[in-house]
Amino acid sequence: MNALTIKGLTKTYKGGFEALKGIDLTVEAGDFYALLGPNGAGKSTTIGVIASLVNKTQGQVEVFGYNIDTDLVQAKQHIGLVPQEFNFNQFETVLEVVMIQAGYYGVPRSEALKRAETYLTQLELWDKRDEKSRELSGGMKRRLMIARALMHQPKLLILDEPTAGVDIELRRSMWDFLRQLNQEGVTIILTTHYLEEAEMLCRNIGIIDHGKMIKNTSMKSLLAQLNVETFVLEITTTTNPCQLSDNTLRHIDDHTIEVDVERGRSINQLFSQLTEQGIEVTSMRNKANRLEELFIRLVEQSR
Amino acid sequence: MSSLYYIAFKSLITKEVNRFTRIWLQTLVPPAITMSLYFVIFGNLIGERIGQMSGVSYMEFIVPGLIMMSVITNSYSNVASSFFSSKFQRNVEELMVAPVPTWIIIAGYVGGGVIRGLLVGTIVTCLSLFFVSLQIFDLAVLMASVLSTSILFSLGGLINAVLAKSFDDISIIPNFVLTPLTYLGGVFYSLTMLPDFWQGVSQANPIVYMINTFRYGFLGITDIPLLHSFAMIFGFVVVLYSIAHWMISRGIGLRS
Repeated sequence: MNALTIKGLTKTYKGGFEALKGIDLTVEAGDFYALLGPNGAGKSTTIGVIASLVNKTQGQVEVFGYNIDTDLVQAKQHIGLVPQEFNFNQFETVLEVVMIQAGYYGVPRSEALKRAETYLTQLELWDKRDEKSRELSGGMKRRLMIARALMHQPKLLILDEPTAGVDIELRRSMWDFLRQLNQEGVTIILTTHYLEEAEMLCRNIGIIDHGKMIKNTSMKSLLAQLNVETFVLEITTTTNPCQLSDNTLRHIDDHTIEVDVERGRSINQLFSQLTEQGIEVTSMRNKANRLEELFIRLVEQSR
Repeated sequence: MSSLYYIAFKSLITKEVNRFTRIWLQTLVPPAITMSLYFVIFGNLIGERIGQMSGVSYMEFIVPGLIMMSVITNSYSNVASSFFSSKFQRNVEELMVAPVPTWIIIAGYVGGGVIRGLLVGTIVTCLSLFFVSLQIFDLAVLMASVLSTSILFSLGGLINAVLAKSFDDISIIPNFVLTPLTYLGGVFYSLTMLPDFWQGVSQANPIVYMINTFRYGFLGITDIPLLHSFAMIFGFVVVLYSIAHWMISRGIGLRS
């Protein structure tokens, strides 16, 4: 069963700007899917069409088999949306925000209260339930948006940059929460600019650029396309500049070198050559996130 | 599905009532003060010099019109400001993504406007009792009149908010259309006082029908036949509802 099927989706705004130029996308039920792309690529427009916030120009969208043109009410019941911008009523309390949303989905008050307690507790907001939502910190507001989207227990949760501007500690706790939700069977579509987030969480990935889907594959097979990884090594000082047999080494300063390592090449060989030259490696890290490198390459290729 | 719609409607109404009661100093008190001033100045001070109008004291004559004026203004502005604020803060998106049909969205917002309109109307009626002893001539006409008027102007406020792009846009209609139409709708004078030509022109003003039916409910006097008035009000409600439904379904002013 597909959680989401999009066929030939196009969107042309007034004035002629083509935001989507025939997007095809399938997300299986239970998937954790990353929808990536540069700013203005069409991610939010795609999400807007799925959630009925943007009128499509052409194409078909189905949510768990319900076509948004013919079975919109059923399709909407399955979708939970966490938009990019805070869009709850800032004058309502935390509890009011989630209770009203539950009401819009027909959740009876007694049941809604139970769910509110569950989700607000899980997202560490229960103690803040009587506070005005405008008084919350940025991270709390983000979590409130997630709690609100879960109140009707959707089978498909769409998160549009849910961790933007959130500190790393909180981001990690949100990752754990989202992983748990996905394990419980909720299909998740995530857009983010933190590519390590997508790499860490998602099984499948789609990359949109200029309104076109330029990649739609599994995270594993995408990362397998990365032929060269660049490592940054902290080394002990040497009197002579160190060298490697295949000229893939660059000196950054007296204590730092960068080495390109081809896919399949043993890192042990690299260490052996450095040891032979009397160089001791004190630390090693990736120069850039692997997905980030691929993402930049793919977007550049598509232009 | 009907339970979903009922709960969604209840949530919307609760949200709307909470909104205007939370800011009661801005929503409920000002009309009470304004209308009290009308009662004192127009009813007591000037009214005593005017004497009788349509066979009743001037104060008795203007009270139904002033009550209706407060109902109209508050029903309209409640929906206009609430819906536009939701658009402005983008929390109308909560509704747009939810499986709430258009007619429930309209019913919820209009319901909020009607409740505020009737609440303010009741407050103003209570205040008027300090100045005049009100008798009810026909309760059914009175209720039907105030309810249909409140629905009509709530719908008007909703359409205004859907089309509005700035806060200025939601004050233009009340200031430049609603207030003049109300003042020229026979709140302070009987239409029979006007020359024939202006009586004819006045009949294009929907507020004339509402004030007349409402006044009939209190005093049993009207310048226009009741059936004619109710037919006009009902016609306006149907037209405005159809426009509101069409606009919200199409996502005009709401969806890109």
